[in-house]
Amino acid sequence: MQRFTCPFCGLRDEREFSFAGESGKTRPDTAAEVSDADWSAYLFTGTNPRGRTDEIWVHTPCQEYFRMIRDTVTMEVLETVPLRRDPS
Amino acid sequence: MTGRRLGKGGLIDRGRPLSFRFDGREIQGFAGDTLASALVASGVGVVARSFKYHRPRGLWANWAEDPNALFDVALDGVTRPNVHGATTVLEDGMELRSVNAWPSVRRDLKAGLDLFHRFLPAGFYYKAFMWPDWHLFEPSIRRMAGMGRVEPGEPGTPALNRHDRCDLLVVGGGLAGLTAARAAAEAGQDVVLVEDHPVAGGALHGFGGTVDGLTGAEWAAAQIAAIRAAGGRVMCATTATGIYDHRLVTLVTAAPFAQAPRLCRMRADRIVLATGAVDRPLVFDGNDRPGVMSPFAALDLLGRQAVLVGSRIALLHPQPEPVAARLEAAGASVSIHDPAAERLRVKGRKAVTGLCVAGCRHGCDTILAAAGSTPLVNLWCHAGGKLDWVEASFVPGEGPEGLSVIGAARGTSDDDAIREEARQAALGAALPPRGRPASGLLPNPLRGRAWVDLQNDVTTDDIALAARENFTSVEHLKRYTTLGMGTDQGRNSNVNGLALMAQHLGRTVPEVGTTKFRPPYVPVPLELYGGTRTGALNHAPKRLVLEPQHRALDAALGEYGGWLRPAWYARTEHAGRADEAVAREVLRTRQVAGILDASPLGKIEVMGPDAGAFLNFVYYNTMATLEPGRVRYGFMLTERGAVYDDGVLARLGPDHFVVSCSSSHVVGVMQHLEAWRQDGHDPDRIHVHDATQAWATVTVTGPRARDIVSDLGVGVDLRACAFPHMAIREGRFRSAPARVSRVSFTGELSFEISVPLDRARILWSAALAVGAPMGSGPLGMEALSILRAEKGFVIIGQDTTGDTMPHDLGFAGPRDRKTEPYVGDHGLQMEVARDPDRLQLVGLQVLDHAPKLARGAHLVRGAASGRPVSEGYVTSSYDSPTLLRPIALALLARGHTRMGEAVTVWHMGELRTARVVPACAIDPEGGRMNA
Repeated sequence: MQRFTCPFCGLRDEREFSFAGESGKTRPDTAAEVSDADWSAYLFTGTNPRGRTDEIWVHTPCQEYFRMIRDTVTMEVLETVPLRRDPS
Repeated sequence: MTGRRLGKGGLIDRGRPLSFRFDGREIQGFAGDTLASALVASGVGVVARSFKYHRPRGLWANWAEDPNALFDVALDGVTRPNVHGATTVLEDGMELRSVNAWPSVRRDLKAGLDLFHRFLPAGFYYKAFMWPDWHLFEPSIRRMAGMGRVEPGEPGTPALNRHDRCDLLVVGGGLAGLTAARAAAEAGQDVVLVEDHPVAGGALHGFGGTVDGLTGAEWAAAQIAAIRAAGGRVMCATTATGIYDHRLVTLVTAAPFAQAPRLCRMRADRIVLATGAVDRPLVFDGNDRPGVMSPFAALDLLGRQAVLVGSRIALLHPQPEPVAARLEAAGASVSIHDPAAERLRVKGRKAVTGLCVAGCRHGCDTILAAAGSTPLVNLWCHAGGKLDWVEASFVPGEGPEGLSVIGAARGTSDDDAIREEARQAALGAALPPRGRPASGLLPNPLRGRAWVDLQNDVTTDDIALAARENFTSVEHLKRYTTLGMGTDQGRNSNVNGLALMAQHLGRTVPEVGTTKFRPPYVPVPLELYGGTRTGALNHAPKRLVLEPQHRALDAALGEYGGWLRPAWYARTEHAGRADEAVAREVLRTRQVAGILDASPLGKIEVMGPDAGAFLNFVYYNTMATLEPGRVRYGFMLTERGAVYDDGVLARLGPDHFVVSCSSSHVVGVMQHLEAWRQDGHDPDRIHVHDATQAWATVTVTGPRARDIVSDLGVGVDLRACAFPHMAIREGRFRSAPARVSRVSFTGELSFEISVPLDRARILWSAALAVGAPMGSGPLGMEALSILRAEKGFVIIGQDTTGDTMPHDLGFAGPRDRKTEPYVGDHGLQMEVARDPDRLQLVGLQVLDHAPKLARGAHLVRGAASGRPVSEGYVTSSYDSPTLLRPIALALLARGHTRMGEAVTVWHMGELRTARVVPACAIDPEGGRMNA
């Protein structure tokens, strides 16, 4: 089991967290015309990189969403930051 | 084998004799024995029958790597199957039954199977038992195979779990581990040392001799005392069974037989593995016979349990001298033979009588045979460490940070070198360069029956067969032949099997590679991982503040959406006739009023200057136009457009809303709202707070609801002109705030009254007391389900699937007209959303006046042809006490266009006919709830 650092609560076990999505995905502006392809890509297509990833997770007990930069090969957690701050 | 107990030495307590039975025979052992050592000490040679061929087997090793000695054990009414004999501590009164043998291991009726071994190679059942149908043969093959017997109904015992951390975890309490742990503890680190044997000391016990002038046992005890004195912790009888991500190590501490082991989840900043090595079996003709044993096991039995395994011993070992000297000192005669000699063969069936070397026979009662040693690198590999192939052994190579391997597990055999490695590892320093490990032998594909895996009966012929049939990848080899799939997890067999495959393929062993090492390192009971998380401790239902009041009304309590709620009342009065109790509650509600504890209803407060725009975005329905004091029904969708939840939204003020979602969806809706608030909106301008459990809600519903509520004194003008349907008012009840809303899930005039928890009891009692003279009474969940189904109201998740969209339920308006973006908006525009064949919500009326339809029954076409095709299914079905006929809701393809059509309902081969009708069967104009 991994351990992640919630930017608000500190180091906790993986079981307290849920994955919420890849960072940098923006919702298509549905007030304008959206193609089915764009919508499908938004919903279903992930980059799933090997190595460094940039993701959004939520710490269930405090319900805060945050960004986590981690390595999917070494399982090393490189950085966790609140959503409204940029990673270093 | 003719094992016997020596008069002195060992770690056993001769003052505490223990008696036990093995296949009915009374045997004596001592405290300090394992099941296996006690048997060998009393001269028992055959301890088990093999898995497939039922060949007699003796003890191979004296610890976890032994593949043979498995027993079903009973003690004090507790029975456990497949107990590992070489690691289980003997207790007085144990009853051992050999597995895989009947009537006993010495006279096993199925032993004749071995004669047919030519027809039973690896995977034989895949080839021989496929025609006409594997399922014909499967039951009898499964009965033949397998090991011990699980007693039906044997209760498990809860395994205690705990979490811990340390600076340094040292795995293994031999020379290397004890040295490292002591050095680290004395350097001020928080050290934990785990040792799987009950007594630490590792190979020191077996090889004898002295360390720093002390015997192995004395030296180990001195190190443990020093570690503890320096603040370190030592856990004996504790096995590290796996290393997981971020250096989580599972530590399993053995308990007395009738108890479950204990689990510690240890987080270590650094880990030092000093797990040692085991003998690698020598592969030769007849090497599975009882009496062929690991040389180190013989030494270990001697050192720990004072058991000498034989009197005339033939020794096959690349480095035989220390082994021979030790056994001779204990009184055995030892003949040394070349393990690399051609044409080695065992004489004897149930016991060794001799060893043939190149046709020349040497009499002996025990053969100790090893081809070299196998470092125990399992944990290293769990953590992602790589292996190097050096001198015919896999030893640790590149590895992750924070983890190091020392001692025999690293391939180091010299004592001084081991202690130097240990001191470096303790301080986190770089280890000295690795010396060359002692060289070992690799097997040759040879004639005769030579065993590679004893537990799964895999021979050299099976490896050759796998190579011939192209199961050459190591993972395929493992699964085709079952090589390395036993309790030893390949510790004995893997290197030999891989070396044989490499020779068949003309490759090197590293090119063939190893199979993946996975936890657990030793078998553990599943109850270990569950711990005490069973029943209500695993899944605790939420409890109502009014539960005592419901119990006082003799409520049948059941779980609804995670809450323990009244299913119906007056349980005893209606014992065995629950449907009567439910029907009475339905009719009472339709005729007078029902009083419902609706406290679990979601009450999520959403506030702030952007709250209105935010809710307009997360709801399918247009919420921007909702006025303060009003309530609107709506759906929340997933981005795919599927209905996630339904409920009502109340607006208390310009910037203050209450989301009243389904009782069972509060946690999910809360997450949904937080996700969109934080990742998509300005979180400073919206506040979301779940207040569900701060309020209790009592709903009064029925034609007399207004009469009852007006007597409760909630401080709200209840007249229809002042307080219409789908409105909310803030009043006061007994000097506390009260929220009253007119929302109906029954189709009747309803008032939902929410008060702080401490006012709940008085509100509930008052509502019952006021209503009783009129003929009203409490309303349980089962009656509520019927009331809402009569009205055609859906329960999300019961009457919908994960694909159901709002227009399937008849709510197409916002899809066609709402202009602002909302969650799921484009999902509703996708091709799949516009499929004309979508399942749509309808009601069903049975035409044959027979009982209600089965829930889940399929609506089919083409039934007459004998090949019915499903077009949907029944989602809710009840006998309606109001209408005095069955009612049902269903999802049906193109259902909205098929009103009045007769459809065929298929259930368990039975066909019935129903008519498609609107979902709402009562008061479609809504006069009753608008009253």
